Amino acid sequence: MTPAIEIVDVSKRFRLYREKPTSLKQRLLSGRIRAEDFWALRDVSFAIEQGQTFALIGHNGSGKTTLLKVIAGILRPTTGLVRERGRIAGLLELGAGFHTELTGRENVYLNASFLGLSRRETDAVYDDIVAFAELDDFMDTAVKFYSSGMLVRLGFACAVHVDPDVILIDEVLAVGDESFQARCLDRVRTFQREGRTIVLVTHALDMARQLCDRAVMLDHGLVHAIGSPDEVVREMRMTILKHDLEFAREEGTREVEILGGAILRGLDPLDGPVAPGDSIAIQVDLKANEPVDDPVVSFALHDGANNFVFGGDTAQQGATLGRLDGKRRLRFVLGPVPFTGGQYWVTIGVHSRENDRVYHVQDQRYSFEVRQLEGGRGQTYMPVEVEVEEL
Amino acid sequence: MLLNLVRKELKVKYTGSVLGAIWSLLNPVVFLAVFSFVAAVLGGAAKDYPVFLLAGLLPWNLFSASLSQGAVTVIMNANLVKKVYFPREILPLATIGVALVDFVLQSAVFLVFIVLRAALFPGFALVVDTFWLYPIAFVALLLFTVAVTFWISSMNVRYRDLTHLIALALLVWFWLTPIVYAIGTVHANLEGSRYHWFWRVYLLNPMTWVVSGFQTALYHASDASEKLIPLSSGELAICLAVVAAVSALLLYGTWRVFFGLSGDFAEEL
Repeated sequence: MTPAIEIVDVSKRFRLYREKPTSLKQRLLSGRIRAEDFWALRDVSFAIEQGQTFALIGHNGSGKTTLLKVIAGILRPTTGLVRERGRIAGLLELGAGFHTELTGRENVYLNASFLGLSRRETDAVYDDIVAFAELDDFMDTAVKFYSSGMLVRLGFACAVHVDPDVILIDEVLAVGDESFQARCLDRVRTFQREGRTIVLVTHALDMARQLCDRAVMLDHGLVHAIGSPDEVVREMRMTILKHDLEFAREEGTREVEILGGAILRGLDPLDGPVAPGDSIAIQVDLKANEPVDDPVVSFALHDGANNFVFGGDTAQQGATLGRLDGKRRLRFVLGPVPFTGGQYWVTIGVHSRENDRVYHVQDQRYSFEVRQLEGGRGQTYMPVEVEVEEL
Repeated sequence: MLLNLVRKELKVKYTGSVLGAIWSLLNPVVFLAVFSFVAAVLGGAAKDYPVFLLAGLLPWNLFSASLSQGAVTVIMNANLVKKVYFPREILPLATIGVALVDFVLQSAVFLVFIVLRAALFPGFALVVDTFWLYPIAFVALLLFTVAVTFWISSMNVRYRDLTHLIALALLVWFWLTPIVYAIGTVHANLEGSRYHWFWRVYLLNPMTWVVSGFQTALYHASDASEKLIPLSSGELAICLAVVAAVSALLLYGTWRVFFGLSGDFAEEL
């Protein structure tokens, strides 16, 4: 199969001027301009096969969007080249390519012409665009009166109706209400079935894993990992883990201090991912700097997308620590892990019973990884037994 | 796409105005009315001054509007350039397209005025024998305008002073071009004076030839003192052809400059 997009040794240098000399006088007088080179991309090479759904992930500033702009032809690579086949429709930013003074209808025609559609071709898809964007009543209103959700809807509707061979999507799906997001995803799936190529920049790692066939992770302009989305997302989570440990937030008055926490399987610290259904425990070591009456220890679990998934505390479990003076070790023994595939972050805290005084909180300081079930796709784990009987 | 963009620019230009494109037409109408009134009632210098003036002014307007708008078009459309891929040359071409629409509309009004006046008033004759210069002058004008606009629009992205420089340069250039005065007068004044060398410099201005071409094509010089240019119309046509040819070469150069720089537009903005 021929690749739809081939990226060959692409590097992109930006010159960062302290103060950008945009006048002739400055250019002439300053002679050599003091500029610092910033390489947003360095020797990036990979191919995106036709019909693939490809995710670009990475931290902020890792070069994802720059790469997408290079693919779209908006930025010229400093070295290297991009080979592409077919019509590329980009959805790079909210309302990109719309002129605010023009009406929705005029903008649809303008936008479609940028994507290479003739007037007649646009006529043919116009009704579908309006229907998809659900903007029937607003097409003769100037775009400047649109809400951001409306803009995204119109932009997405245009981009998907111009019959593109390759569609580039940069993080815009996050806007819009749920029903629209669902329809966008639906549309993306239709594209996948039709064998079109999709390049997606996203921070939603789980979406990347569910939607894409292949992923690349960029880090400071370099290709850090490339491969199946599961592997690349795991790699991404590992680097987030390393990164976040240095910046994990802590706060509190420290009358009681958390000496340390650990995730256990049985009585041993974790050494690798746990399997769905395993039992784990969260262990907390406390030290009272001053004697404190009846503190409460709590924990919370967040998933990779920072959704709060579960939490509990000693008071809720009917446990009391009594008067705390000196050191104490405490374990929350949790039942079977009901998750599959993903990194989970553990917050632990200790506070007074009325919760009016927070002694110490370690925000998402600890984590554990749950293995992906073989062939399984969902996020929740339930034990399953198969029963077969004669009828 | 080009048509769409021209349409867009025109729509944006007239958004919120009631009369819209009629403003473009009103401009030469008012001009003609005022100058006809001045010539007839107040006794102007030349009796057919309105025709003389507009013959040169309309092409000049096309040129200056293309340049001043072309200088800022990439910056004005930064939103597009930074976020959408499309052939960048569309932008200056659309600017020229907008100026061209104005030119065509205004020239239509102007030509209707000339024909009607010749039909209604016996004192005014139509210029027939030299009208064939009109298309030649137009081609030369268009080539030269496109060539310069391409250069300006790509350079201005990096050197923003050009916007201001262009405004000044156009002012000087306007007065160095025989639009409000007759070129014959310049020739007469310079010849034999200490500044006779300046005549040659003066003739290096392509717009001098273009404007003279339009004037010769439309304006009927009533006497020798108003003689436009000390050349026959055949010689003028050759000079216009030279201007057109040089402009075409220039266009090739500026086109390449534009393409060299346009890849970096998204970055520079």
